[in-house]
Amino acid sequence: MKKDLKQVNSSIPKIDGMGLVKGKPAYTQDLIPSNILIVKTLKSPHAFAKVLNVNYEEALKVEGIEAIFSWKDVPQTIITRAGQGFPEPSPYDRYILNEYVRHVGDEVAIVAGETEEAVEEALKLIKVDYEVLEAVLDLETAVGHSSIIHPEKEAFSMFPIGFDANKNIAAAYEMHVGDVDDVIAKSEVKVEGTYFTQAQAQVPLEPHNCFTYVDFHGRLNVITSTQTPVHIRRIMGRALSMPLKKIRVFKPRVGGGFGGKQMLHGELFCAMVTLKTGKAAKMIYTRKEVFESTCCRHAMRFNLRVASDKEGYIKAIDMDVLSDTGAYGEHALTVLMVAGSKTLPLYNKVEAVRFNGVVCYTNHTPAGAYRGYGALQANFALESLLDELAEKLGISTVELHKKNMISEGESSPIFKIMGEGSEGVDMNVESCKLDYCLDRSIELIGWENKYPRKEIAPNKVRGVGLAIAMQGSGIAHIDMGSAILKLNDDGFFNLLMGATDIGTGSDTILAQVAAEAIGISASDIVVYSSDTDLTPFDTGAYASSTTYVTGNAVRKAGLNMRKLLIETVAKKFKVTPEEVTFENGVFTTEKESITLKEFSTRLYYNEGLDQKQLVASDSYVGEQSPPPFMVGVAEVEVDTETGFFTILDYAAVVDCGTTLNPNLAKIQVEGGLMQGIGMAVYEDVVYTSSGRMLTNNLMTYKIPTREDVKKLTVEFADSYDPSGPYGAKSVGEIGIDTPPAAIANAIYNAVGVRIKTLPITPEKVLMALKLKEK
Amino acid sequence: MNIQVTINGASRTWSIEPHELLLDTLRRYGYLSVKKGCDSGSCGVCTVLINDKPVNSCSIFAAKVDGSNIVTVEGVQAEAEKIGAYMVDEGVDQCGFCSPGFVLTVLGLQKELKNPTEDDILHYLSGNLCRCTGYVGQARAIHKYLKESK
Repeated sequence: MKKDLKQVNSSIPKIDGMGLVKGKPAYTQDLIPSNILIVKTLKSPHAFAKVLNVNYEEALKVEGIEAIFSWKDVPQTIITRAGQGFPEPSPYDRYILNEYVRHVGDEVAIVAGETEEAVEEALKLIKVDYEVLEAVLDLETAVGHSSIIHPEKEAFSMFPIGFDANKNIAAAYEMHVGDVDDVIAKSEVKVEGTYFTQAQAQVPLEPHNCFTYVDFHGRLNVITSTQTPVHIRRIMGRALSMPLKKIRVFKPRVGGGFGGKQMLHGELFCAMVTLKTGKAAKMIYTRKEVFESTCCRHAMRFNLRVASDKEGYIKAIDMDVLSDTGAYGEHALTVLMVAGSKTLPLYNKVEAVRFNGVVCYTNHTPAGAYRGYGALQANFALESLLDELAEKLGISTVELHKKNMISEGESSPIFKIMGEGSEGVDMNVESCKLDYCLDRSIELIGWENKYPRKEIAPNKVRGVGLAIAMQGSGIAHIDMGSAILKLNDDGFFNLLMGATDIGTGSDTILAQVAAEAIGISASDIVVYSSDTDLTPFDTGAYASSTTYVTGNAVRKAGLNMRKLLIETVAKKFKVTPEEVTFENGVFTTEKESITLKEFSTRLYYNEGLDQKQLVASDSYVGEQSPPPFMVGVAEVEVDTETGFFTILDYAAVVDCGTTLNPNLAKIQVEGGLMQGIGMAVYEDVVYTSSGRMLTNNLMTYKIPTREDVKKLTVEFADSYDPSGPYGAKSVGEIGIDTPPAAIANAIYNAVGVRIKTLPITPEKVLMALKLKEK
Repeated sequence: MNIQVTINGASRTWSIEPHELLLDTLRRYGYLSVKKGCDSGSCGVCTVLINDKPVNSCSIFAAKVDGSNIVTVEGVQAEAEKIGAYMVDEGVDQCGFCSPGFVLTVLGLQKELKNPTEDDILHYLSGNLCRCTGYVGQARAIHKYLKESK
């Protein structure tokens, strides 16, 4: 199947790559017209407060100030800014501005003016009276706290998600198969542990930014660095009480998203200014605002129990989760559910499994979407604990995994029970090369000679550790993508898609898919994406959906176009479609032939009454969400005197089905690994005891630099998923999942201390070593 | 106030505010390849060459570069295309936001370091953060480029 592919499974250069390297204007900020109002917001200095009064009289007098709004000046329509499908599985608990501010950095007022200086000056002159309320800053005491973060009676959920504002619960979920307590009680070997995963910031290098204007038709245009144009349009329509036909959302090139740009951020502030003043307005977030006022990863606590028989066959898994959604409940339920749905099916032969979770509100910066959400956190807990189980059983972790992990053709009851915000979809795993991934990744790292440890100097010990992971490919039965293909004279095509390339290369791989289906070269496809006026519906770039969901839509549209071309040529030559072949840009019948180039030009200029535009389209909703799989193996060197450790090598072997563009797939995994390594050992969103974020810039919040990585080795398994476009599954998120557990396990194997609270820092390792000595 | 600079080979007089950062001046005058990323001199997306040395333009006052020779990617399109060819060949031109600054630092490296070791290269480029690629692909591209452009 794969060997016949001509355009896909080929590493063509990213179509926008060279232009971006050469610095051509392409991002939202590069397209902002001059003479545009500058919009900034006044932020709350308090973690939780009621805004009693906002006095902006003096501020309005600053020369160049055009408008200032407090919560009393903007519509009080309750929304969720999560940027998900509709109805959203996130609670409606947000306003454009509100009389309560719920975290440091929550917006209090919007200021628009002609110059930066004027706006800055006005911000200083606004006088706000706050009634400071007791903030909830501890995940473990948030539920049932006397301080209620969402006292507003308007807050609600579109359908039952366990939302209980009076208890500070944004969402909750419970499911079980079999009797977990009973199976664990009867099992021969038991392990349990508590694990903490921290909030991590997405840190796209392009800060969030947008601009808005009302065009000559009186329509609101929103140009924004987003992952979800159609959701932005829908949510703005609700918040501003505008019919969607009055709103256009366009996404230029995006300088990285990683989930951080799935939600709405500045769009509503900018739009308020434009709608009230009639003037164009721009909002460019500072890095501090990106950290404090957008979103981060949900911090989580796991209480986990696993039981097996003496041979090492896992009998039960019991996962209990407490998640911190911060001030607002965006993605509260879905991230929670993914913690179970993207880890538990890995061990599908258990007799009983239980998942129970609560997502609480706190007065932290809200958590939102971030690559690998839920899955990454749970992976750390589960794969760490399984390492302990292997040790207790006296078998290697490789053997333990081989005995228990899911195989091709198998299923898991979890697939049907747990979806993402709702019930899932039953499926058999049609492609799963975990066996190969495991064998190959330990071979790459040289496991046989290195496991579990090697002392290389009196105070330097090396160790290896591993973790396995799965993701999904879009949200089955919910995520929809579509594509339109338009033939032009001179024989090239426009591919119009709502799919949202945020730097991943999706425009490129989807052009490859379209070209493969039509039977032409990808260089004859001109891609135009993410403009709600011109491109068809697509839920957007999240949940590892674009390759699989939009990819299938593009493939179908491409096949439709090929059929249409052949039918039109057949009609022209008065033969049946079966008598026409189309290869290498030439249509051939028994007697005649014509190039696509000539045919298309004639079709639009020289065919008299037969002249017509050829357009093909199609859409796709995933019937299932085939998981990509991977194995990650870390080798670390630990200094036992200082606790300092180095990641010497990280080997990863991934089964994502066909790699539509092997180079771009590889970089997706390498980039994911590096963010996973950041989560594992460097990155941590830290607050003061009063709820002010200490890590609100790149000097205090450390993402990995190129000196922090010695070696990454990424390979792909030969795999083909029959439901994917040309066999492809997703690859965007999976890379991030394994580093925390694999590195924790490697450190344990090296020096015998298990770090259960991320990030794993040298200080924690040293402290654990000292405690062990005692 | 006015300053006199050579920007991408052309002599220009720029009217600036005394407190204006070079990054803002450059973008105001249309050098949009210079990006704004972190506001703290930490990420490198605003890198420009000042008298052949890579500098974070967010961390230097425009007033300070009076009389200097400034280069942005707009001024080294052929060189950017050459380096870019190695980058797109590895697929490390991801979101692209860090690419122009990265390219300029590579050019600075070539001028400043003769026969750099692998560690020298990583160290020289370490101020240019990238959140998409995981760096190792960029390293593959740049090693190839440096080797073949000797």
